Order: sequence, then structure tokens, then C-alpha cells
Amino acid sequence: MTEFNLIQIAVAILFLPLVGFAFVLFFGKKIKNAYLFEISIITVTFILTAVLLFNKLSWFPDKNIVSEFSWIRIQNLAVLGNISIDLGFLLDNLSVIMIFTVALISMLVHIFSIAYMKGDRLYNRYFAYLGLFTFSMSGIVLTHNILMMYIFWELVGISSYLLIGFWYEKKSASDAGKKAFLVNRIGDIGMFSGIMLIFNTYHTFTFDKIFTQMAAGTLPFNSEFWLTVTGLLLFCGAVGKSAQFPLHVWLPDAMEGPTPVSALIHAATMVAAGVFLVCRIYPILTGNALFIIAVIGALSAVIPATIALTQNDIKKVLAYSTVSQLGYMVMALGVGAYKFAFFHLITHAFFKACLFLGSGSVIHAMHHEQDITKMGGLKKKLPLTYATFLIASLALSGIPLTSGFLSKDGILQGTFAFASLTGHWLFPAAGFAVAMLTAFYMFRLIILTFHGEPKNKEKYDHAHESPFVMAMPLVVLSTLSIFFWYTPNPVNADAGWFLSKWIKSPVLSVPQNARYSFMKTDVVSSVSKEGIADINNSTTVEGKEIVYSEAYTEAMHHAHYPAMFLSLLVAALGIVFAFIFYYWKKISADKLAADIEPLYKLSFNKWYFDEIYNATAVAFTMGSSRFLAWFDMNIVDGAVNGVATVTRWTSSFTGKFDSVIVDGLVNLVAYFSGFIGLILRRFQTGKVQTYLVLVVFSLVIILYLFKTF
Amino acid sequence: METNQLLSYILFTPLLGALLLLVFQRENENEIRIFGLSISVITFGLTLMVLSKFDSINPGFQFVHKVPWITNLNISYHVGIDGLSLLLLLLTTFITPLTLLSSWKAINKKVKEFTFFMLLLEVGMIGVFVSLDLFLFYVFWEAMLIPMYFIIGIWGGERRIYASVKFFLFTMTGSLIMLVAIIWLGVSAGGVVGHFTTDLVELYSVGPALAKNFQNWLFLAFALSFAIKIPLFPLHTWLPDAHVEAPTAGSIILAAVLLKMGTYGLIRFCLPLFPEAAITFAPFLSVLAVIGIIYGALVAMVQKDMKKLVAYSSVSHLGFVVLGIFAMTQESMQGAIIQMVNHGLSTGALFFLVGVIYERSHTREISDYGGLAKIVPVYSAALLIASLSSIGLPGLNGFIGEFLILLGAFKSPLLNTWGFTVFAATGVIFSAVYLLWMYQRVIFGVVKNPKMEHLPDMNKREIFIFASLLIFIVWIGVYPNTFLKISDRSTARVLIQVNTPVPREIPK
Repeated sequence: MTEFNLIQIAVAILFLPLVGFAFVLFFGKKIKNAYLFEISIITVTFILTAVLLFNKLSWFPDKNIVSEFSWIRIQNLAVLGNISIDLGFLLDNLSVIMIFTVALISMLVHIFSIAYMKGDRLYNRYFAYLGLFTFSMSGIVLTHNILMMYIFWELVGISSYLLIGFWYEKKSASDAGKKAFLVNRIGDIGMFSGIMLIFNTYHTFTFDKIFTQMAAGTLPFNSEFWLTVTGLLLFCGAVGKSAQFPLHVWLPDAMEGPTPVSALIHAATMVAAGVFLVCRIYPILTGNALFIIAVIGALSAVIPATIALTQNDIKKVLAYSTVSQLGYMVMALGVGAYKFAFFHLITHAFFKACLFLGSGSVIHAMHHEQDITKMGGLKKKLPLTYATFLIASLALSGIPLTSGFLSKDGILQGTFAFASLTGHWLFPAAGFAVAMLTAFYMFRLIILTFHGEPKNKEKYDHAHESPFVMAMPLVVLSTLSIFFWYTPNPVNADAGWFLSKWIKSPVLSVPQNARYSFMKTDVVSSVSKEGIADINNSTTVEGKEIVYSEAYTEAMHHAHYPAMFLSLLVAALGIVFAFIFYYWKKISADKLAADIEPLYKLSFNKWYFDEIYNATAVAFTMGSSRFLAWFDMNIVDGAVNGVATVTRWTSSFTGKFDSVIVDGLVNLVAYFSGFIGLILRRFQTGKVQTYLVLVVFSLVIILYLFKTF
Repeated sequence: METNQLLSYILFTPLLGALLLLVFQRENENEIRIFGLSISVITFGLTLMVLSKFDSINPGFQFVHKVPWITNLNISYHVGIDGLSLLLLLLTTFITPLTLLSSWKAINKKVKEFTFFMLLLEVGMIGVFVSLDLFLFYVFWEAMLIPMYFIIGIWGGERRIYASVKFFLFTMTGSLIMLVAIIWLGVSAGGVVGHFTTDLVELYSVGPALAKNFQNWLFLAFALSFAIKIPLFPLHTWLPDAHVEAPTAGSIILAAVLLKMGTYGLIRFCLPLFPEAAITFAPFLSVLAVIGIIYGALVAMVQKDMKKLVAYSSVSHLGFVVLGIFAMTQESMQGAIIQMVNHGLSTGALFFLVGVIYERSHTREISDYGGLAKIVPVYSAALLIASLSSIGLPGLNGFIGEFLILLGAFKSPLLNTWGFTVFAATGVIFSAVYLLWMYQRVIFGVVKNPKMEHLPDMNKREIFIFASLLIFIVWIGVYPNTFLKISDRSTARVLIQVNTPVPREIPK
């Protein structure tokens, strides 16, 4: 397999789902089983990603494979230089692992949907949209430049819009789709501005070229401050897409979409795109930018975790859990634990997809009941769903032998090390608090859904285990939540292939003194490690890593066991509390809720984010828009009509003037002449004698006058 | 066929067609329709011939045809095109047959007159884009008002008289001021080239030689006329009325072509003729453009009438074009030109689709609709694509224009602040708000209005029209180079004529 073959495969991976989308969209009406085409397409795509993953990691583990072409070219006369905007592919370990994850989950969701969506009026259309989504998502993952990423970023936005609002007859569904698109757009405007800043500075959108130029000392407006701003603006895109505080409000609403869609888009892949973006632009993030990112991540981890405690909709609990876990990853990136963030992104994708599909299986069995307070006892009816759900929950709670334990532990370890170096102990505190809350709300969910007595006897009696096409994806995904896919050692992933061979923290391009102090390159030692030498040449050789200071390595090392034991402890505590409240019922949850009513209400009402936004931003926009419409109608157009009115007045005045004064004068003259004529008429008698007398009389006068002169 | 007379053939084919139309019996409505359509298709075919022979490497005017007209004033019949006019010429001759086709059923009174006026309108529009003599340009500019006046006034809605008179007077006011400026410029030419002239190619050397404050006044006179036509905030209020009252065909032409004349005029005349003044006023006009972008979008948001909503969205989109022009960078100018074409396609498509549904249900009130997705699925898909194209979704045409304009405005040394880009970019959010909101209220939800339950979906003719637009909506979105390369040399020439400050060099 040559590099060129790999690029060919990547092109096929990108465009096959688009073919599926177009085919099913156009022929979905005529061919009843058009969806089978889409499913075979996605299966082929998945096989291709597996081939790609295997070949890339086996033969080119340290190489970035790039292929590009000129998309927009503005040529001109010699005076102003040509402009070329390139698009292209980048295959590095990050992208091949990610594309494999996307294709795998997408395929499983396709298969799951065969049964889940059965009987829907727009069955084929649904699969077409899934194809569109897979295409857009692949674009984000495979691209080598920020512009193409933005393009596909918007395209996943639209496929998400279509799928959230799939049941468009429900107002709440179409509202949610619109809200998701608009909130994302707010973040995207920030990202777009960041892209503008980048292009303005580096005249390219390509990641590698940006990094190379930056490492050589080119900064936006030659200032580190603006570099921080650029990084944060790009991060705005991630805040929108990955539903980070304060733009997280769209994700819970997005649960209006069909459940398999929630699994694919709103848990495993699209929402992770924000984290993926931050991974991609990691080399340009300054210490200050990273710190703010860490704060946003921590807030996004804590707030939704507290909300998830009190929600009763099974999907809402999982949705808030997703926001919280994404916050975890973002916080990890912020504190410098790059590898663990990406690791968690992958492990989370699998177990969260498993949880969502599991909830889909429950909802399917319960005839579209989503309220967990109306469930209970389903363990007996849905044993397979229960088992897979339990494994995935254990992974999410961070219990040993699961993948989640390894990645979550890594993140906690990273925050711990960061705190010990910089003194920001709130980050690990947030991390451990969230770990406990997560374990608690997940086991609350499991106990209420699967244990105890069934609360709705009728629905319970009709519940049945899901068919094979729904069970198979659950099994596959829960298997992927076990440690051995990532490392042979169940308690420490550092030496495993995922972290030591596949994923490397990238070399930073940020100037030394704008970095965290522990990420500064030790110049003397790194020259010998060919660190600096590599930064300056533009070859696309991977395998370079952030050179962390000795202190950091040591801190990470020291943090390992304390973080592990502490995380185990808090997870166990969370689970125990869940059992005390909901299984053994030693303490009444309702009574506790009544005792701390304000806190309970805050959590139950989602911290009133929607209410606050509606009262401020939405109200302001609608208010100004109404005001401007009034202004336009009455003032701007009023001015125009005013001019018209004044003109009409003027002309009617001129009209009066014309008819009374000007014409009056004319008439006066005429009248006067008429009057004269009236007098003179007397002389016109028509009798010769009179005329003769007049002539003689006149002659006398004339002669008399002549005589006097 | 002589190549250099090709433009004259394009110009006079519709005129000839209009005259021939007079011999038809007014009862033979279908024959009249077919005849009008064939004439406009032939015109489009001729334009494609021009395209095939056009040399995009050459930045100058091509297919030049010059015949003396009023010899003692040095006024001549002088036509020719460069890349900029070619794109707009293509747009004009492409849209006209589609509008005739779109009014196949909608116009059923006075078909003969309607077709006659549409063909005359096409003559006027083509004339505006190919004239290289200011006097000739002015003749076409004014002549075009008359058929449009009648199209709105005869086949329009309830308040058609108010709208058509408003449209006529508004634009007329601007034009007369421009006429004064043209004469003034022609007279001042005496001092430079030695005789009165209105020939654009000659005047290109006259304008820049004028004193600064002379330039300023002339620039303002031209710009005012163009700003009314665009329309630039706050001179836009004729537009919603004209659009709402005009028949569908009128709205499409108005949005797709007529508004472009203003922006075309800015690039063709204002910038190269009065470069110093253009640079002086660029920030001011850019501010108006950005206000227009946000203002138009916000006002569109609360409109209850679909046509009015689209009309205000035009104000917003044309703001982008003006911003692109006055940022005066290669990217932004190219973006502005492609955005002109885009707006023609997307807003043309939106007006067409509003017309399609209006023909069936006789209401344009958004609140009368709801749940159309189930009743008219093809229509719903078409409206979604048109809205997304207008929103600027990547992959469709709108994105390319907005992206290049914002990119250019961002780095523009003339505007020298990225405030313009940031504010303009918020317009992008609002456009998503008003269009998706309208879409939701019209298409999604359940059917509230029982009258709507049996609406027929788009027929083959309508699908054909939309598909024709769609091809280019996607083409420009996916591979814009085809179109960008037609005009890039011409924009470069304009920028050199304006002699903008050289972009800040960034050390590599």
C-alpha cells in the first residue's frame, strides 16, 4: 500500500456516503428498499476505514500523508499577487483513528435504525440524512486545512438540523432543530473570525503551513495577545459544536431527534468534533488560551453534571452527561493532557453510543416512554440491553477493567499534575466532583430503569427484548468499552499502544514565553533531541512531541496513583449513594429534594439557562427587530412618503398659485381688454356717416397736434 | 457572423422579438408565450456564444462595437464587455427565459402586452450591461424603468399603483442627478481630451484628472443614483413595496437583475472614474453597507409576508456586495461579483418559490401556512435548498460570495479595521434566523389551514425552472473557479485604476 493508495481510500471514504445520500434521496420514493443501498454503502465505507487504519498505523505510523488541490484561484495582473485557496486531505494517526470511530459507530447506528425506525413514514429519507451526516463528519476529520473543516462543520450542522427536526410535525422537534443550528452559528461566527485572522496573517488555511510559519515567529498582528485571541476565537467553534458552557443549551433539546441519531451525532461523533478541532489547532494555543479553555471545560463538566442528577427523561440524563464528559475532555486539553483528552474522546464515543442505543432499546420496548420514573424492573425483560447498558455505565463511571477508567483516570491525573505545578486546585476538585456525580446519576438511572418494581405495569408487560439488528450494535459497543482494545495493562494505559505508539502530543508552535511554563522547550536538551531543528523545516513528519519539562513528567508520575485511588473512591461513593437513595431507599430522595428545595429546583430547571437567554438575548434581538421594522415603516419610509407629501403640497400650492395668481393676471388682462373692447364697441356702429365724422374729427386733432410741435 | 457585432445581436434580438410580437393575434396566448420564450432562449444562446469566444486572460473590453451616433457631441453607439459585464449578461439572459416560463400560468390577462414588456425589459437590462458610452448607458438605464413600471402597475397586487409610482419616482430622482453629472463630466472632458465626450473609455482618463472636490460631487451624484437602485440603506423603502406588489416574474427580474445594476454601476463607473473620491467615501459607504446587512436582516425577521421577508433579505445581501466593492481588495471585489450572481440565483429562486405557492393558495401570509412538508414534499425540499443557499451554507453558492467578501474586508487596508467583518458576520447569523424561522412556520408542524390540504406539488415546468437555478447554485458552491476566473482580470484592472493602497505585506 503506498501513500497514494491511502489517499485514494480516504477520497472514497469521504464521497461514498454522499453517493448513498443522493441515491436514497432521489430514489427513496420509488424503490421501497432504497435504505439497503445506504446500509451497504456505509458498510463498505467502514471496511475501507478499517483498511486505512490498519495500513496507516502499520506502515506509516509516524508520517502525515497530505494531498491537496487549489479550490479557489483568483489570478490577476502582475501588480497584485495571485490568491489560491487550497483544500486537501491529511492522514495522520489522529484522523485515521477518528474516521474509523466515526464509520464504525455510523454503521452500527445504521443497522440499529433498521428496526428502531421501522414503519416510519419517511424511512428511506432518514437513512439518506444519515448518509449526509456521515459524509460531512468525514470531511471534518480528513481535512488538512481549517477552511474545509469549517465548510464541513456547517454541513454537519445542517444534517444535525434535519435529523433533530426529523419528526417535524412536533413543534418541539422543529424548534430544537432550529435552536441547534442557530446556537451553533453563534459559535461558528467566532470560529470564522479566527479563520479570517489566521488567513490574514499566514495567507493559508493549511494547518501545517500555519504551524511552520508560527514556529518561525510570525504572529497575528505580531502580538502574543492576538495569538491568544485567535486561538480562543477558533475555540468558539468548539464551544458551539461540543455544546460547552455557555452554548450548551442546544444539546439537551436536540434529544427530540430519533434516538439512534442522538447516539451517532449528539453523543459520539459530531459533538466530539469540537474537541477534535481543539486537538488539531493545539500547537497554536497559548498558555492563556489554554487556561481559559480549561475553565470553560471545567464549568461545562460541573454544571451539566449537577443538572443530570434530577432529570427524569432517560435521554436528557444522557445528554447532560455528554455535555459534562465533553467538558472533561476540553478541560483535559486546557491543562495540557492532550493525549488523554483524545483517548477519552474515543472511549467515550463507544460507551456513550452504547448507552444511547441502549436507551433507544428501552424506549422501543416501552413504546416511546422516556420517563424513568415510569419504568423499573426492566432487567428481567431486557437482559441483554441491561448487561450492555451496565458495562457502558461502569465505563462512564470509571470502574477498573473498562476503557473509561483508563481515560478518565488519565484526565484526572493531568489536572492533578497541573494543579501541583501551578496551584490551580479547583481543576482536580471539579474533576473528582464530576466523577462522583457521574457515578451517582448513572446508577440512579440504572436502578430506576432496570431494578425495582415496574411502575407502569401495562407497558412493562408488553416490553420485549429488541431484535438482533438492535442487539448486535449494543454488544459490539459494550465490548469496545473494555480495556484490552487500548492497552494490555488494565490499570495503566501509558504503556499501551494507544497512548505510546499512536497518539503523540504535538509540538507547539507558540512562542516559548507564551506557553505554560511546564511546556516550554528546554532549548539545550531539545536541540540534541532534534526538537527545534524539526520545527523549522516544513516536512510533514510526525512523531515530534511536546517537550514537557522534567517537573511536569515527574508531577504526572506522582499524580498517577493518588488520582487513581481517589477517582476509584469517589466513583464507588457515587454508586453507593445511588444505591442508598434509590435501591435500598434508606434515605428518601424526595424528602432530601424538599429539604434543599432551591438547589433542587436550580438543578431540575437546568440552572434556568434557557429562561435567562430568552429574557435577554432572544428578547433583545426580537425587540430590536420589531423596533427596526416599525422604524422602517414609519420613519425611513415615512420620510420618503413625507417627501412625497411635501411635493404634493407644493404642487397643489403651485397649482393654486397658478390658477389664482398667474392665471388670474392673465384673466385680468383679458378682462381689461374686454372692457376696453366693450367701450370701443360703441364706436363700431357700421354706419358710414359716423365713421366719416370720426375721421374728420381725428384729422382735426392730428393736425392740431402737428401744429403745436 | 462578425464577432464584434455579437453584442448588438444580443441586444437587438429581444427588441426585434418585441416588435414582431405586435403582429400576433392577442387571442393566441400560447403562441405568444412560446414566441417570447424562444426569443429569450435565442438571446441566451447568443450570450453563450459570447462566453465561448471570450478571452478571460484579456482584462480589457472585448467584442467592442462602435458606431457614431450624435457626431457633433461625440456620442456613439459603443458597446463591449469585460468579465464583470459578461457574468451579469449571462445572468440576465439566463433568468429572463426562466421568468417567462414561470409566468406561463400566473399571467393570463394581457399576455401579449406582458410578453412585450418583458422583452423590452430584457433589451434595457442587456443595454445597461454592455454600454460603453455614458449617454447610451443612461438611455438604457431609463428605458428599462418603463416596462418595469407597467409590469408592476398592470399585473401587480392590490397596491400596485402606489408601488409602481414609488418605484418610478424614486429611481427617476437618482437618475436625473446622474444625468446632470454625466453632462458635467462630459463638459469637463473638454479640458482633458479637448472635446465634449461621454465615451467611457475616454472618460477613464478624464475622471481621475479632475480636482478632488469635483470628483467628490460627481462621485456622490453617481453613487446616489446607484445606491437607490441597489438599494442601500436608508434608500431601500421602495424595494419591499415593489417586490410585494410585483407579479412573480417582476419580482424575480427585480431581485436577480435590476438590483445588480446599481452595484454594477459602482464598479464600472464610480470606482474607476472617480478613484480619489471613491477612496474617500469608501469607509462611509461601507458603514452604510454594514448597517444595511444587519438592519435588513433584523427587519426581515419580523415580517409576516413571505415576499416582504425576502425583499428585506435582499437589502441585507446587497449590503454584502457593497461592502465587498468598497473594501477594494481582490478577494472582496471578486466576492462581490460572485455574490451579485448568487443573489440573483438564490433570491430569484426564493421569489419564484413564493410565487409558486401563492399561485396555489393566494396568500403570502406566513401564518396561513404550516405543515406543507407533508402536502408538497418536492416544494419543501426546493424551498429548503433555496433558503440554505441564501443563508450561505458551505457547499452552496451563497457561502463563496460571503466568504470572499468577509475575507477581503478583513484584510482591506482601506477599511483598516476588522469591525466591518465582525458586524457583517452577525448578519450571517440573523439570515439563518429569519429564513429557518420562516421555513419552520411554513413547512414544518401540522396543517392548520384546511384549505392547504389539497395543494398540488410542483409540476414539471416548475421543477425544471428550479432545477436550472439549482445547477448553478451547486456549481458555484462546489467549484467557484469556473465563474471567478471569468472576471478576475477585470476586477484586477478596476483595482489598478482605483490605485488602492497596496495591501500590507506580511513577512513570511
